[in-house]
Amino acid sequence: MSEMLNTLEQTALSEYKYGWVTDIEADEAPPGLNEDIVRFISAKKNEPEWMLEWRLKAYRHWLKMSEPEWANVKYPKVDYNAIKYYSAPKQKKTLNSLDEVDPELRATFEKLGISLDEQKRLSNVAVDAVIDSVSIATTFKKELAELGIIFCSMSEAVQEHPELIKKWLGSVVPMTDNYFSALNSAVFSDGSFCYIPKGVKSPMELSTYFRINAENTGQFERTLIVAEEGSFVSYLEGCTAPMRDENQLHAAVVEIVALDNAEVKYSTVQNWYPGDKEGKGGIYNFVTKRGICAGVNSKISWTQVETGSAVTWKYPSVILKGDNSQGEFYSVAVTNNHQQADTGTKMMHIGKNTRSRIVSKGISAGFSQNSYRGLVQVGKNAVNARNFSQCDSLLLGDKCGAHTFPYIEVKNSTAQVEHEATTSKIGEDQIFYCNQRGLDTETAVALIINGFAKEVMNQLPMEFAVEAQKLLAISLEGSVG
Amino acid sequence: MSELKELIQNKLSKESFSGNGSLKALSQKGLELFNEQGIPTVKHEEWKYTRISAALNKNFSYAEGATAITAKEVEEFRLPGYEAANELVFVNGIYHAELSNIRSSADELVILPLSEAVKGEYKSIVDSNLGHSAGYHKDGINALNNAFAYQGLFISVKKNKSVEHPLYCYYINDARTVNVLSQPRTLIHVAANAEVKVVEEEVTIGTSDSFINKISEIVVEDNAQVHLYKIQNEDSHSSCVKTTHVRQIGVSKVNSVTITLNGGVIRNNLNFILEAPGCESNMYGLYCVKGSTHVDNHTIVDNKMPNSLSNELYKGIIDENATAVFNGKIFVRKDAQKTNAYQSNKNILLSDTATVNTKPQLEIFADDVKCSHGCTIGRLDDEALFYLQSRGIGDKAAKALLLHAFAIEILEKIELEPIRQYVDQIISERLDFEI
Repeated sequence: MSEMLNTLEQTALSEYKYGWVTDIEADEAPPGLNEDIVRFISAKKNEPEWMLEWRLKAYRHWLKMSEPEWANVKYPKVDYNAIKYYSAPKQKKTLNSLDEVDPELRATFEKLGISLDEQKRLSNVAVDAVIDSVSIATTFKKELAELGIIFCSMSEAVQEHPELIKKWLGSVVPMTDNYFSALNSAVFSDGSFCYIPKGVKSPMELSTYFRINAENTGQFERTLIVAEEGSFVSYLEGCTAPMRDENQLHAAVVEIVALDNAEVKYSTVQNWYPGDKEGKGGIYNFVTKRGICAGVNSKISWTQVETGSAVTWKYPSVILKGDNSQGEFYSVAVTNNHQQADTGTKMMHIGKNTRSRIVSKGISAGFSQNSYRGLVQVGKNAVNARNFSQCDSLLLGDKCGAHTFPYIEVKNSTAQVEHEATTSKIGEDQIFYCNQRGLDTETAVALIINGFAKEVMNQLPMEFAVEAQKLLAISLEGSVG
Repeated sequence: MSELKELIQNKLSKESFSGNGSLKALSQKGLELFNEQGIPTVKHEEWKYTRISAALNKNFSYAEGATAITAKEVEEFRLPGYEAANELVFVNGIYHAELSNIRSSADELVILPLSEAVKGEYKSIVDSNLGHSAGYHKDGINALNNAFAYQGLFISVKKNKSVEHPLYCYYINDARTVNVLSQPRTLIHVAANAEVKVVEEEVTIGTSDSFINKISEIVVEDNAQVHLYKIQNEDSHSSCVKTTHVRQIGVSKVNSVTITLNGGVIRNNLNFILEAPGCESNMYGLYCVKGSTHVDNHTIVDNKMPNSLSNELYKGIIDENATAVFNGKIFVRKDAQKTNAYQSNKNILLSDTATVNTKPQLEIFADDVKCSHGCTIGRLDDEALFYLQSRGIGDKAAKALLLHAFAIEILEKIELEPIRQYVDQIISERLDFEI
């Protein structure tokens, strides 16, 4: 609690604390998008022919598509020809160890609170840091390799494990899936690849940190996680960006494959720059995340804390194909000022005895709009499918909006599907109770919101939970009058 | 379709039609919009789960006016309790005065063609309310009915009158020789301190295809009370789109119960626009369907002013190849503080070929509100079944008992005893349940 208070005080002075720019020389592609840019990126990455073909195919398909407009968000259209699709921090040669990373760059990550050195020694979290779409350094590689776990940047994976990439890339989110996934497939510049072999339980949490640094760039990273039979991994993702007046685009794709008895837990704390108080600038976060429980008894769990971005458009989904498989989605989405979030999940029940659970908490303040959009689909053969969904919204202020769009489609009589949603504000009696016991109103609100989000926060790994709690308080700072 | 457009155009250009002001404008605009939009496809978000074009593409005849339907034929589908009711008969979408039977006196109840009402003392009411639903349904189906608004009916319940005889409205399609598409249209005005009960039923005579595209707009003033009951029990070759648009412009109470038992493709749009502070709206629905019936209930509650209460409960029992769709929207506008809005949708699937698509939707722009929605899809509770079986009740009887209990919660909301008993009997027979 006292920590929360401190955070609130600190942030009363600073607005978005990750808003600095690091002066790193970057290797960039000119703005604009055409086949040459796609070739340029592929060449930069020294990619094999098949990869380039894959990208070009995606690009050609993208040209035929049009930007989706069904989401409950409004924003000026993105000019896809004004974006730089490639920006890599300049490096002289391939690095052999972490110590060779540009000191300036390492300072960046220290500011972010993920000192690579520290991480390496103390916290037992393997980090893959991605800056402006290019993977900078991956820690703990050696220790992981001993277990047979592959955790590296996507470009490295293309070079060194082409058979795995060929097999799994695009298997969950096909390049033609939607507008942004097609764009990502064409121009993705890096990302993380993680492969957990049969029967291995990853001894540490794997983590990626994304940061957009350069101006006018878009970030298009791609994450692929493959969990073989009986394996387990917990994966963390975090992100920040500098404060800039113009909007920047982030269109990532995350794919997860869980085979028989495997379990993948994916946690995100999304804190892209949300724009200033007037709604100027900020990141467009248009992300496609999907996992497939391909094997029996497999499990995929998404946990997300969404506090950043000007516009969010994101639906982490699970295809429950294997019998007895499980999908989970826990989300806290906070919007303040002029932020807009349209987020939720899809649970597609295909196998027998599949179960899914959705817990979504939306908090809107200021002039923001917060939407939950979800789909629960039970197919004809999904005998004994079970779903429970809960969507709660909390409104702080009378200028914001909360929306719920749950789609439920059931084609099997043995299915049990429940959905419930509530919208409310913080009760005056609750505040009064806290005031009475000596907590001022702002602290009381922070306390109540933490309680509101607790069910989701409890799903986060320890280090992340602390950060997420702070973020919650920061995002809502000043919204309580 | 061109034949249809010509028909409307001819009617509108007739000299006798000039001076119909808002009515003519609505018809004309409806025609234009229909030309532009056509029949909505499943790509239209509001029609995502209901393929209405298949039910409409059947070479319908748009023959205007009454056919040779006799009072004797009307006799056959009269609802119980008709002896004490005002019976309004619509044939192929047009009000038929000779077959109707108005028991209430003219100082309680006024029934006029819309084309007359738009000129006389009710002009301002018609002008400000007719076509209000078009703001909520902007698709071609709605526009098509608007184009036919000139043949609509105006009903007014006078101030301070509690109409003793409920209004029984029969919408008859005479499909004995040709496929019939009809476009009934009503505007019901309930003045301050008045009370009225309205029961609606669709009837198809004959075995050809029938389609009713109906809009009924209801305006409710201060301290008025309205009860709306719909009974839908037709054959599989009869489809309909029924839009009921209720504007509560004064502090008032409106209850609606929609019972769907059988039919082809059935789409019900039910809108409640709460424009005065402190309104109460209750919407109940029961769909007990089998065969290949497709029932789609779309509801909207638009809270515009503070302190209102809305309560919504829709229940469904879906068997065989039937499909049920539910979409409930609750809007709470910025000024509608202290709104309480509840919504619940419960479904029981009895077969693996039955489908339920449900989408409860909340859109809230005010912070001091209590809104909740819930929906469930499942089967009968195993424990409850076991309990009954352990007390010597057979499997079949136990299931019937539980399903009947599930349905009764809605039936109890019908405050018109003969109608309630009538529906209960149909459902009990359907479920093999003995009362």
